[in-house]
Amino acid sequence: MPSKDNAYVEFENVCKSYDGRTLIVQNVNFSVRKGEFLTLLGPSGSGKTTCLMMLAGFETPTSGDIRIDGRSVHALPPRKRGIGMVFQNYALFPHMTVGGNLAFPLEVRGFDREQCRERVARALDLVRLSGLEDRRPNQLSGGQQQRVAIARALVFEPDLVLMDEPLGALDRRLREEMQYEIRRIHQSLGVTMVYVTHDQQEAMVMSNRIAVLRRGDIEQIAEPEALYEEPERSFVARFIGENNRLQGRVTKVNGDICEVETGGQIIQALRIAPCQVGDATTLSIRPERVAIEPEPGLYTNELEAKVEDITFLGDHLRFRLNVCESLEFIAKIPNTVGHGAVLKGDKIRIGWTPTDCRVLDPDDEEDTT
Amino acid sequence: MNSNTNIKTNTLRPRLRATGLVLPLLAFIAITFIAPLAMMLVHSVYDPTVANALPETLNLLREWDGKSAPDEAVYATAARELLKARQDRSLGRVATRVNRVHPGLRSVFTRSARNLQNVREGPYREVMIGLNSAWGDIQTWYAIRSAGDRFTSRHYLNALDLQPLPDGSIARQPPERRIYLALLWRTFIVSLSITAICLLLGYPIAHLIAHSPPRIANLLLILVLVPFWTSLLVRTTSWIVLLQTQGVINDLLVTIGLIGDDGRLAMIYNMTGTLVAMTHVLLPFMILPLYSIMRAIPPTQMSAAASLGANSFQAFWRVYWPQTLPGVGAGSLLVFILAIGYYITPALVGGSTGQLISNMIAYHMQTSLNWSLAGALGGILLVCVIALYLLYDRIVGIDRMRLG
Ligand SMILES: Nc1ncnc2c1ncn2[C@@H]1O[C@H](COP(=O)(O)OP(=O)(O)OP(=O)(O)O)[C@@H](O)[C@H]1O
Ligand SMILES: [Mg+2]
Repeated sequence: MPSKDNAYVEFENVCKSYDGRTLIVQNVNFSVRKGEFLTLLGPSGSGKTTCLMMLAGFETPTSGDIRIDGRSVHALPPRKRGIGMVFQNYALFPHMTVGGNLAFPLEVRGFDREQCRERVARALDLVRLSGLEDRRPNQLSGGQQQRVAIARALVFEPDLVLMDEPLGALDRRLREEMQYEIRRIHQSLGVTMVYVTHDQQEAMVMSNRIAVLRRGDIEQIAEPEALYEEPERSFVARFIGENNRLQGRVTKVNGDICEVETGGQIIQALRIAPCQVGDATTLSIRPERVAIEPEPGLYTNELEAKVEDITFLGDHLRFRLNVCESLEFIAKIPNTVGHGAVLKGDKIRIGWTPTDCRVLDPDDEEDTT
Repeated sequence: MNSNTNIKTNTLRPRLRATGLVLPLLAFIAITFIAPLAMMLVHSVYDPTVANALPETLNLLREWDGKSAPDEAVYATAARELLKARQDRSLGRVATRVNRVHPGLRSVFTRSARNLQNVREGPYREVMIGLNSAWGDIQTWYAIRSAGDRFTSRHYLNALDLQPLPDGSIARQPPERRIYLALLWRTFIVSLSITAICLLLGYPIAHLIAHSPPRIANLLLILVLVPFWTSLLVRTTSWIVLLQTQGVINDLLVTIGLIGDDGRLAMIYNMTGTLVAMTHVLLPFMILPLYSIMRAIPPTQMSAAASLGANSFQAFWRVYWPQTLPGVGAGSLLVFILAIGYYITPALVGGSTGQLISNMIAYHMQTSLNWSLAGALGGILLVCVIALYLLYDRIVGIDRMRLG
């Protein structure tokens, strides 16, 4: 967690309601350090855009405070916030050339011709579009338009740049290329970036930290590795990467480790949620942390499993197993020597350590990605 | 090569069928629109009435020196052909036609022809001058000769307040007969004003509709369209109810004491009436193209402009307004063209000072029966409109125009 004094953007108890009845954003708190790349990640309708719009000044929070560089921006109109913004549909001005689009923020700030030309050229260079000044937006490919939108948001050298699903309309290959580009630009300019996406892969690749939103609430905010390895909420465990989830009930609490009964088996797991004996819970374990036919006694948790299906994926194999009354339990095993031995329908033993298996809040499975 | 011809024959049939389907429409347009239009335009330059009725007289007049009254042969032929025209009842039309060239000749023609019935022998020169001294005047013969041209630019000249002189030169009409140019000019000014007012009133309305939530937008759109569902007459007469001297607005102003009872405003049967009523009638034609353009402009454009540092005026003027120009062009062109040929509203509420060129065309069609002049006036309007269209095409590009 960043300490309060080097926070550049701060959300404090921010709530937002459009109709005065339902809260779209509920009591959101987070802060972004200067130069950091923070991603708001969440399923559709979770309030990501709303948060971004409040930060940009197009929506006002119903309650709470938003500060940029220590100053509350409540009374500041969008044009005075000095925020570069990339919209989901780019919002390029179709009647202006690329050069005109880039020069627009400079001209309204009163830059003279020479400065405009120089800065536009530099911004175009940054997004590798030099020489396209005189094209119209509709004469550009999707990826090029995207770059123009980014260049336009950067050309007046704002300290804070917001991007709302800027890569949503691009195909996969281009998206990956642009992810890399945006990261490169972020690193070379050192701007503070707040980025919105519903694509967890994208969030993992690009961000310094990720805030996972669900129904207007931040579930967890952490570095990508921590989010993946140490999810603190069952929603995060489900949303980020692939995860096996077993619903159960706590039978014994023993410091950090507790015992959970699921499908007639007792499993030892790491206690994350503040649960008591008798509480419903979700166990979460990554497929790659499940060992198949381990040496007996190596793992505390050892279970019988039936192989329902095996999928060959080149560098690894995916086993779909029947464990603890769950038919969707997945194990991922590297394609190393000697795995041809297990066949579909076999009864096998599987195992994992208690620290790889996390006891989280009960999952209500209501929204999915 | 072979496969090529195959493809051709394969596409020929559907194409023929498609052509067959639009044929009724083409025929309809040709009969009800293009043919009358062409006829009126022909009328404005081609008039064989006199040439058909007095062919030999005209032949002889062609050799006439034009300095003194023509010789006996011309008189004799003219008398014969006038009588013949009287018999096949074309005399009235001939007289009217000549009268247009030289006012006052109609009665000379009809009366002389009636009297010539009783004349058995010449010399016709003396007889005719005896019947009416006008026959001794060379202007009469000039008029006949000039009216005898099958093709004439006279009507167009007339419509532009010009007249051809006997020596072939062109001069302006005497001041008391100059009406059309002023009327044409007034029509232009009025149409321009109406277009400007419609744009000023329609732009904010279109903006409001385009950026309202769908339910409200639909309601507003219906309000805009309601005038289309009401008879033009009802709409126009309701303006009479509102604007007349004893009308609602004047009563209201008197009641609240803004004007005295003797100072009631004349807001109808003059130019004000024409302007108000026509703006009302034509406003939807401005709003609809604007609306359709504005709806296509995503609201994020304005947000983007604001986030880039533009104030509301800069955002409007540099981002929004340029993108609505095709709509502004389309709406203005539409309103202007409709206004320039508008007839019924000025006729009903324009009084004498609020009349436009179209009312004059109607007058010549229905009352003076001078279809040639009506055709010429219409032709001039048509040329103006086409010129405007081409100008628009040059400046904005007609393919950028969106009507809805
Ligand atoms: N202007 C608005 N008026 C009323 N409700 C709104 C408005 N904008 C958004 N909402 C509602 O707020 C909720 C959150 O919307 P938001 O756009 O923030 O979601 P999001 O996380 O950006 O989703 P997505 O990934 O689909 O863009 C949604 O349920 C939406 O219906
Ligand atoms: Mg969104």
